[in-house]
Amino acid sequence: MHKITYKREMAENTVCHFKVDAPRIARKAKPGQFVVLKANETGERIPLTMGGTDPSSGTIDLIFQVVGKSTALMRTLNVGDAFQDIIGPLGKPTHVENLGTVVCVGGGTGVAVMYPITKAYKEAGNHVIAIIGSRNKDLLILEEEMKAASHDLRVTTDDGSYGHHGFVTDVLKKILDEQKEVKLVVGIGPVPMMKFLCKLTKEYGVKTMVSLNPIMVDATGMCGACRVTVGGKTMFCCVDGPEFDGHQVDYDELVKRQRAYLKEEKDSMDRFKEIGR
Amino acid sequence: MAEEKEKKEKAKVPRQKMPEQEAKVRAKNFNEVPFGYTPELAQLEAGRCIQCKKPKCIEGCPVEIDIPAFVKLILDGDFIGAARKLKERNSLPAVCGRVCPQEDQCEKVCIVGKKEEPVAIGRLERFAADWEREKGDILIPEKAPATGKKVAVVGSGPAGLTVAGDLILKGHEVTIFEALHKTGGVLIYGIPEFRLPKDIVQAEVNYLERLGVKVECNCVIGRIDTVDELLQEYDAVFLGLGAGLPQFLNVPGENFCGIYSANEYLTRSNLMKAYLFPQYDTPIALGKNVAVFGAGNVAMDSARTALRLGADTVRIIYRRSRDEMPARIEEIHHAEEEGVQFYLLTAPIRFLGDDNGWVTGVECLRMELGEPDESGRRRPVPIKGSEFQLECDMAVVAIGAGPNPLLPTTTPGLELNKRGYIVADLETGKTQKSGVWAGGDIVTGSATVILAMGAGRKAANSIHAYLMNR
Repeated sequence: MHKITYKREMAENTVCHFKVDAPRIARKAKPGQFVVLKANETGERIPLTMGGTDPSSGTIDLIFQVVGKSTALMRTLNVGDAFQDIIGPLGKPTHVENLGTVVCVGGGTGVAVMYPITKAYKEAGNHVIAIIGSRNKDLLILEEEMKAASHDLRVTTDDGSYGHHGFVTDVLKKILDEQKEVKLVVGIGPVPMMKFLCKLTKEYGVKTMVSLNPIMVDATGMCGACRVTVGGKTMFCCVDGPEFDGHQVDYDELVKRQRAYLKEEKDSMDRFKEIGR
Repeated sequence: MAEEKEKKEKAKVPRQKMPEQEAKVRAKNFNEVPFGYTPELAQLEAGRCIQCKKPKCIEGCPVEIDIPAFVKLILDGDFIGAARKLKERNSLPAVCGRVCPQEDQCEKVCIVGKKEEPVAIGRLERFAADWEREKGDILIPEKAPATGKKVAVVGSGPAGLTVAGDLILKGHEVTIFEALHKTGGVLIYGIPEFRLPKDIVQAEVNYLERLGVKVECNCVIGRIDTVDELLQEYDAVFLGLGAGLPQFLNVPGENFCGIYSANEYLTRSNLMKAYLFPQYDTPIALGKNVAVFGAGNVAMDSARTALRLGADTVRIIYRRSRDEMPARIEEIHHAEEEGVQFYLLTAPIRFLGDDNGWVTGVECLRMELGEPDESGRRRPVPIKGSEFQLECDMAVVAIGAGPNPLLPTTTPGLELNKRGYIVADLETGKTQKSGVWAGGDIVTGSATVILAMGAGRKAANSIHAYLMNR
């Protein structure tokens, strides 16, 4: 059992930040790695990339958006409650090295995943420009943290309620136009964001890494639920990823596979709303 | 002469069938198919054993159970005694009684079987083990004095459970590390409830815990700890990882939604209990028209699961002929009875899908049998121009599994063969890496529960000898 030691509701109460007791994982995990959570006996196994770790207190940071039954149920948990199962760290860590200038782009709750990676690139000696974006001001998360983790933070909102009015890709384009020395772009967020971001960086010939979040079951390479096509080859995101060369990913297939259980997810959510568990 | 006559009389009693759920009924539920013998049936069947002076059946058993002795105890009405006799050699008799391929092992060489049908050793094993468990009369054997040695067992499938059970009795401290959230390995995630009820597996693990085995679930060795880190804390490490890497067909369209590896399909249904969705949160596609590729036990399990989840049509598609099907005859028979159709000498060449990326069909080729290949089986050869399409809204690829590279690739010094399996001495389970043993499917490739247990037994003996000489 993994006790929740801290809880904070963010972004109009659609995003939730937990610190959860998992000392062994906290000690081992590196930026970019994920855990699998199973809230209770009847719960499903869902992958979630860690938003950070604190080895000294033995906790890991879980930041998630309520999108379905499992996350809705998780949000009802409070400090003192516990997750039945947490498995990790899983996946390959982010390959961090000193490249020069790196642009870290986070969209929506992808910012939570981006945060420890951004920190790691800065610590490795890179000049880090960060761009974070959301639909509106209230949905924006971790602005202060990202400011501290980067040298230069740009903020965008789709509706213009805060920061630049528009998409993260608009700001990225401007940076790529102005600064020729960008060596790497890291993009994490909703699939359409990653898709368009990669389309842009491909035009500029800038290497781009993305972190993918397909459906997983065991997340140890055993089932293949998370297969993604990268460079024409089938990869298992759980063990070969979660980070891949963004220019090689088949995003259209990824979106379709993410939506495979839409009907079941809706039924499950409706049932949860009705009976509360 | 009187004795001879008695033997002949015994053989006249036919092999006793286990009562089972009717095919039409069971194809709609997940309850176990056979009910098991009643005491009367068990004793009737046990009476068919002629108690050979030189029994062949013991040699036919990978863990050398004293079969005539346990059968005699059943005949005498000492069912608990029979269970204990089994447990002297086999720590998982309720499991093996259900899933062992007895027809290729003990029953294949049974002397009675030369003229009549062989004694139903597997059914008797199951009966005795179930009797003991259901009566709750579980004997906790005495352990050897503590040696102070610590052993880490990676994986809680049949190999790992056997190693743990053997070594704890020899006085060592044993900790099992399991990657999933439940113990049992393939017994839990792979074999369906209707063939092996999960509370039986749980009972076997509970028994080991009562003996003092520690179990740590949710530990993916290779990630949370490496084998080298385990070796700092433990005197020996046993790797019973299983064959946990699904093989795919590698044909176009295989990533359409609704196409599962058998591992995924069965894990969703068995481990995650998706067949109870929405009481359990994990969903599973409810195909009406299902194609299953492969013809082993896993393919049969997948096909029969699909039926139980409400499919109207389930087809097994296999590129060879009936004679080459690797599944147990009993499983093929059960599947056929329940309504699974067989498309033999048929190979998929591509999947078809709709705009949502969901599978809608599969294009296949007819095959004919050519010359024997390296496996000794006649090689299937495509018939030119024989392409045809089958509709399906769900598919399961059950063509085998390979070695999961997660642990091997994070363990320096571990020798792997060309296919990625761990190289280990087949008599001792010892690997090239000091202090590390391996056994089961991660060494041999996909095999049977009992062979994995046999490998576990040999490794446990070797580990014990190693620990006592240190």
